[in-house]
Amino acid sequence: MISFIVLMSIVICFSAILALALNFQWGLGGMVNFGLAGLYALGAYACALLMLKGGFNTFFATIGAMVIVGVISGLVAFVTLRVAEEDYFAIVTLGVGEMLRLVALNEDWLTRGALGLSGIPRPFGELVPAEYYAYFMLAISAMLVAATVWFLNRVARSPFGRIMRAVREDDVVAATLGKYVLWARVRIFAIGGALIGLAGSLHAFYYQYIDPTQFSTIVIAYAFMAVIAGGRGAHAGTIIGAAVVMVLLEGSRFAKDIIPWLDSDQLSAIRIIIIGVGLILLLIFRPQGFLREYRLQVELK
Amino acid sequence: MPAHDAGLHNNRQDRPISSTQSPMLSARNVVKSFGGFVALDKCTLDIAARSITGIIGPNGAGKSTLFNVFAGVTAPDSGTMSLGGRNIAGLRPDQLAGLGLVRTFQISRELGELTVIENMLLASPTQSGDAVWRLLFNPGRVRTEQSAAIAKARALLEQVGLWQLANEPAKNLSGGQKKLLEISRALMLDPGIILLDEPTAGVSPLMTKMLGETITRLRDQGLTFAIIEHDMDVIAELCDPIYVLAEGRTLMSGTFREVASNRDVMHAYLGKVA
Ligand SMILES: Nc1ncnc2c1ncn2[C@@H]1O[C@H](COP(=O)(O)OP(=O)(O)O)[C@@H](O)[C@H]1O
Ligand SMILES: [Mg+2]
Repeated sequence: MISFIVLMSIVICFSAILALALNFQWGLGGMVNFGLAGLYALGAYACALLMLKGGFNTFFATIGAMVIVGVISGLVAFVTLRVAEEDYFAIVTLGVGEMLRLVALNEDWLTRGALGLSGIPRPFGELVPAEYYAYFMLAISAMLVAATVWFLNRVARSPFGRIMRAVREDDVVAATLGKYVLWARVRIFAIGGALIGLAGSLHAFYYQYIDPTQFSTIVIAYAFMAVIAGGRGAHAGTIIGAAVVMVLLEGSRFAKDIIPWLDSDQLSAIRIIIIGVGLILLLIFRPQGFLREYRLQVELK
Repeated sequence: MPAHDAGLHNNRQDRPISSTQSPMLSARNVVKSFGGFVALDKCTLDIAARSITGIIGPNGAGKSTLFNVFAGVTAPDSGTMSLGGRNIAGLRPDQLAGLGLVRTFQISRELGELTVIENMLLASPTQSGDAVWRLLFNPGRVRTEQSAAIAKARALLEQVGLWQLANEPAKNLSGGQKKLLEISRALMLDPGIILLDEPTAGVSPLMTKMLGETITRLRDQGLTFAIIEHDMDVIAELCDPIYVLAEGRTLMSGTFREVASNRDVMHAYLGKVA
């Protein structure tokens, strides 16, 4: 049971970073990202391949994955938003995500397709004894969540954070007040992308084996649920949201013990129903989510 | 990184404020149609430096569209526009803001989820924290600039009686308060010219009077105003010259007395509004 909690906490950590990335892009910056699953896969594959084929160590592979996903996200935003309305952007992200998934599935020479990549090294995998590794990984993951929140809080409370929220509320007004909206959006998407790359790397370290099925579209729904439940723009709320979604998701495995006559197919359907019902209840009773985004308060005296 | 991002707004050299005599903002034969409907039909208009130019005309005359075109929000189909002698065709709104031109909107566009003070700070031109890297490597400078901006915002908000609401999300303000916030926010930019689209709509008579005084005072300090307004008392008291727009064209211009005594103007109003 203890080890189950530890393992689940690790999953919560990298899910939380993924949800924080979406919260940054969509919750604060108003940019819908339906390519989240594909970009998450890109992060995991980039990290794994940099180690397996590029000979990078775990640290630089993670940095590399963050840079790759960040740059590609920024490019997608730049190329799309320069020519298209904001509304089309969501559709483009959907296409990009799907394209990345198809690459992972079909470019066998690079990704080994449906077979997936195995034998992915872990940080300090040789140094830390196997029986303690889960605790070690949890410590690293928790530290990375803390660092991510620290960074995001800095950004959200800064002038750039106000630009993000202004662009989300009304991009014409932001432009009229002197903000270059396209460039702001490119940066929002790139910074969020880098965090998606970080989450993907942790995913690869944790499972040590990745294949395209791990990055199905349902991941996007979970991430949006985490952000909505947590309260758009609220970092701590997003982490709570991610934890609730993952606990419901993983915890509903125990439904088997309570309701023994269910088979595994029914069980997996029930897990999704539980989450859906949970979200609906939340939207009825607390539509703004658990917490709300940071707002600057000044002393009035 | 584009210049305006590097906190260069306060670089006044390329601002057209000093061009005193010649028209500061002008439109020549500007055409803008929406589908088949011609909203601006070879509209020609000059806003002289340090003037408070009034723009009146019946609903649908194209007044707001003219402001949109000036501010880079809407691209004109043809015609030329200049700001302080400089051709401004094709510039983005943020580039125009960098040149000292800012506008407000007829229907208030407050940033509802931002507090009043955040709305104000957003418009502050000196913000190194616009750049993410400076935020991480030079947080001291970002903080200093922010306290200076807060002081400036406070002075502006106190003038319009909004300081006590500084921490309130802007969506909670009344219609009139939103208007006042929008004007104050525009002033945060230290603009050279402000385009006000019906600034007194929904604002109390007392506030309207104060707003008029503020506008006159700022004009005396060197700002230029163009004001779209339906309240003829405001127009009569503040504006000179006054342009009358009808069906996308400049019908005439002159002092309030000249405009008020013109038969075409009466006709344009009565023909449309009645
Ligand atoms: N974005 C738009 N799309 C279509 N028609 C528009 C748009 N903006 C303005 N118009 C039309 O152009 C005309 C002029 O509008 P506007 O400039 O707002 O007039 P005014 O401010 O003088 O009342 C109106 O008939 C309006 O319906
Ligand atoms: Mg109008």
